[in-house]
Amino acid sequence: MVDLISIENLEPLKEIIAQHKEEPGCIMPILQETQGAYGYLPIELQKVIADELNVPLSEVYGIVTFYSQFTLVQKGKYKIGVCMGTACYVRGAQNVVDRVERELGVVVGQTTEDKKFTIEATRCLGACGLAPVMMINEDVYGALTPDKIPDILAKY
Amino acid sequence: MNMLNIKINGQDVSVPAGTTILEAAKSINVHIPTLCYLKGINEVGACRMCLVEIKGGKSLVASCVYPCSDGMEVFTNTPTVRDTRKAILELILSNHNRECTTCDRSGVCELQQVSEDLGVREIRYMPNKEEVYTIDALSPSVVRDPSKCILCGRCVSVCKDVQGLGALGATNRGFEKSVEPPFNMALNDVNCINCGQCIINCPVGALKEKDDTDRVWEALADPTKHVLVHSAPSVRAGLGEAFGLPIGSLVSGKLAASLRRLGFDRVFDTNFAADLCIMEEGTELIGRVTSGGKLPMITSCSPGWIKYCEMYYPDLLDHLSSCKSPQGMMGAVLKSHYAQSQGLDPKDVFVVSIMPCTAKKFEVLRPELSQNGLPDNDVSITSRELARMIKEAGIDFLSLPDEEFDEYYGDYTGAGTIFGATGGVMEAAARTAVEVITGKEAENIDYEAVRGVEGVKAADIKAGDLTLKVMVAHGGANIRKVMDDLRAGKLDDVHFIELMACPGGCVNGGGQPIVSAQDKMDKDIRVERAKALYHEDKDVLRLRKSHENPSIKKLYDEFLEKPNSHKAHELLHTTYTARPKINNK
Ligand code: SF4
Ligand code: SF4
Ligand code: SF4
Ligand code: FES
Ligand code: FES
Repeated sequence: MVDLISIENLEPLKEIIAQHKEEPGCIMPILQETQGAYGYLPIELQKVIADELNVPLSEVYGIVTFYSQFTLVQKGKYKIGVCMGTACYVRGAQNVVDRVERELGVVVGQTTEDKKFTIEATRCLGACGLAPVMMINEDVYGALTPDKIPDILAKY
Repeated sequence: MNMLNIKINGQDVSVPAGTTILEAAKSINVHIPTLCYLKGINEVGACRMCLVEIKGGKSLVASCVYPCSDGMEVFTNTPTVRDTRKAILELILSNHNRECTTCDRSGVCELQQVSEDLGVREIRYMPNKEEVYTIDALSPSVVRDPSKCILCGRCVSVCKDVQGLGALGATNRGFEKSVEPPFNMALNDVNCINCGQCIINCPVGALKEKDDTDRVWEALADPTKHVLVHSAPSVRAGLGEAFGLPIGSLVSGKLAASLRRLGFDRVFDTNFAADLCIMEEGTELIGRVTSGGKLPMITSCSPGWIKYCEMYYPDLLDHLSSCKSPQGMMGAVLKSHYAQSQGLDPKDVFVVSIMPCTAKKFEVLRPELSQNGLPDNDVSITSRELARMIKEAGIDFLSLPDEEFDEYYGDYTGAGTIFGATGGVMEAAARTAVEVITGKEAENIDYEAVRGVEGVKAADIKAGDLTLKVMVAHGGANIRKVMDDLRAGKLDDVHFIELMACPGGCVNGGGQPIVSAQDKMDKDIRVERAKALYHEDKDVLRLRKSHENPSIKKLYDEFLEKPNSHKAHELLHTTYTARPKINNK
């Protein structure tokens, strides 16, 4: 996983903007690359994008909130996606999420204070045979029970 | 012109190519309901309220965006059309906070009107979201109540395309869709200039002015307060509409009478201060032209424009005239000269201004517009709020006699009254500047070149050997064109620019009575209300030049000495400050 740039450092953002500024429809690639580089799109970054492109902040914000690929809040280094698809759900995914939330002290959608983990509820991951399933970044864990959670988290 | 022949409900109509079905129907008085449609500004086909059937067509079409084609047969009143419209309306209403009895917009609400027209008597759907909405009332000018918003997008288009700002935008999608400032911040913390254009173009009560009438009632009931009122030029061209008069009715006399009936101790006129403003601003301009001051000089009467400049053009603030707006000048004169002459302590004098404008509410809060810790004006209310007070007091506006404003600070000329229309300040200034520069009476004082609703106007004004190059723009997007040119150094030969934040000028200010989108289809309210002011200037008033106002002369003789004197600077001039567009800290 690449290291994310701190939002204090606006130079890389300005480079991204400068690279695309003249292209028509430049706002999408700028937002995608900015999110890639910084990990999220907080107001501090959106303000710079709006000013540099000479468009209202509301327009940038409207696009960011329209597409689910963009996020306004900082994500942790490890993204935990607990599957809430039907198969996983009937086999106890809720108990798994509850345990993950309790272990980390934050709820779905939130990131731990040390920016290590973000918990997300996902749709079917296509591994229903292993239900209930969760992913931590690229790693898949199946046949989960709440008791297995602490050991899994300890690996990260 | 290429004409198309179509049939609407069996009736033949001939319309120019490019006409929409909605417009064609309107031309033969066939009414089609609309909600999101706003002529020339929001033609997006979003709400589907205007659906009609086309013979041979597969599905119903949105008539507000659907162009006529030759031979087309349209039906606006079939069972399918009626049922579909009603179902769509019920869906909108099922998510709407229906509380008409206490709603600010009741009586002039387009959603209420459409519900009545379509005969909705029950709502068959349940709300698809249970949401708790927060009302944003932090702005001194605009209150936003999302529980009433029908997501039509009219405010978004007005703010972005007409005003060039985009303080409001559409966010999220699906059931989560919302219209709000970015990051759902308070309007007060984003790039909003408080103009209220979103309010007068919202079909419902989701946007409204901050109501300050309580403070006025309170002052009127307080025996220790000497309560003064002054009313801006454009109020007389709009107020009558709130009482059912046609758009553009001139009601100066009933305005004065109603204010007197409400119990104000003196009823004055901001037009007096508009004349005063011309003396100060005209003198400032001549000074800058003859002694190499910063040019072009730009007018400073529109508080929406001033905030615009402070946020977007902080590097060009020195182009602004240092004159306070007429509202500011009036308050300053009343709390100094008037108070003195009446033997009153300024602390006991309470000044209320009646304005066509919501941005004036922001202006009265500016700390620089005060003397010895007392604000120049205590409260500013809009034409709409005044109409509400008149109704609440049980005053029958239409049967009031025509009365005069009180003498001295209620005396005004035609130059003062035309301040309310785009180009009016420029024309008023020209009438005075030309005569001051040449020392002779001018033959023609009607400056047609600066009148009218064209977005950006330019003219040469001859004053003896001198040619003054002037420009006029109105509406934020036009203002930006002019200011961007100025920043780019393209306007170095221009002497004087008049800028007003609202399209059409103050006559179409964000505090004026609400006119529905359907009425705006065939009437340009900017033009109709301006006509009322030019009529008062030309046909009603005896004096048409600010420098001929005898009370203005008197004020200089007994108090201010001369335009731009030390005293005048102290009381009538101000300063500006750069401010951020977005306040997220
Ligand atoms: S916005 Fe219109 S329909 Fe809604 S409560 Fe107000 S008056 Fe009634
Ligand atoms: S008051 Fe004017 S600037 Fe503010 S949101 Fe409304 S239209 Fe935009
Ligand atoms: S606030 Fe008014 S104008 Fe804006 S989208 Fe909502 S209903 Fe339409
Ligand atoms: S439902 Fe969880 S992987 Fe398919
Ligand atoms: S779709 Fe035509 S008025 Fe909204």
